[in-house]
Amino acid sequence: MVAICVDSQEDSRKLAQSRGYTFPILSDPDAAVIRAYGVLHPKGGEDGHDIARPAEFLVDRAGTIRWENLTESVLARLRPETILQVLNAPK
Amino acid sequence: MKRHWNWITWAGFAIALFAFFSYLTLFIRFPVTRDFPWANLLLFAIAGVLLGIGLYRAYARPSEYRGKIVGPVLAVLSLAMCAFFGFGAFYFARLLPPAERALRVGRPAPDFTLPDSNGKMVQLSRLREGKAGTLLIFYRGYW
Repeated sequence: MVAICVDSQEDSRKLAQSRGYTFPILSDPDAAVIRAYGVLHPKGGEDGHDIARPAEFLVDRAGTIRWENLTESVLARLRPETILQVLNAPK
Repeated sequence: MKRHWNWITWAGFAIALFAFFSYLTLFIRFPVTRDFPWANLLLFAIAGVLLGIGLYRAYARPSEYRGKIVGPVLAVLSLAMCAFFGFGAFYFARLLPPAERALRVGRPAPDFTLPDSNGKMVQLSRLREGKAGTLLIFYRGYW
């Protein structure tokens, strides 16, 4: 599991430490990867920065997108149970 | 006859205040009340009913109850809080680009190499080796 956003490595490190996250948080400051996945939120940041919209993609061993989740509202977050269901679903 | 304090109007206002402030302080911690703020909408509805009763008492039975001025003021403030909350939760929170822009299931996931928070470079194709699945979580940032 990896998280990706435009925050700097410094900001991500602080976030990971304060919340106790152990998974990698990757830094995509110019939103290149965010764009490649089609999840850019142009000027969505507080100071007009381009950021990512909330989205999750499950990539299989072969590099194909197996599942994705894009919500309509920033209030709704992906629940761990949903991911576990997807991972355990018969292929 | 002594006119009573119109406590119902104040109770309605207090509930509206709680409804307004409780989403970000309390309900956001639980997925069931976070994903759709039904608890806050319910609280605003209860506040509305109480304010309605309070206003009725102040105007229909003014000899018994006070609050002909305070009542409408509290009602308008509560309505403003409800409108502000609704605007934030149902309009502002949904200002997102169309979901169709995202890559679809079945498409190849573009490979990439990005630094993690310790500066170590992480490549997707390396990361997914030997694993049944790799979950990429894109998020807003700016925490």
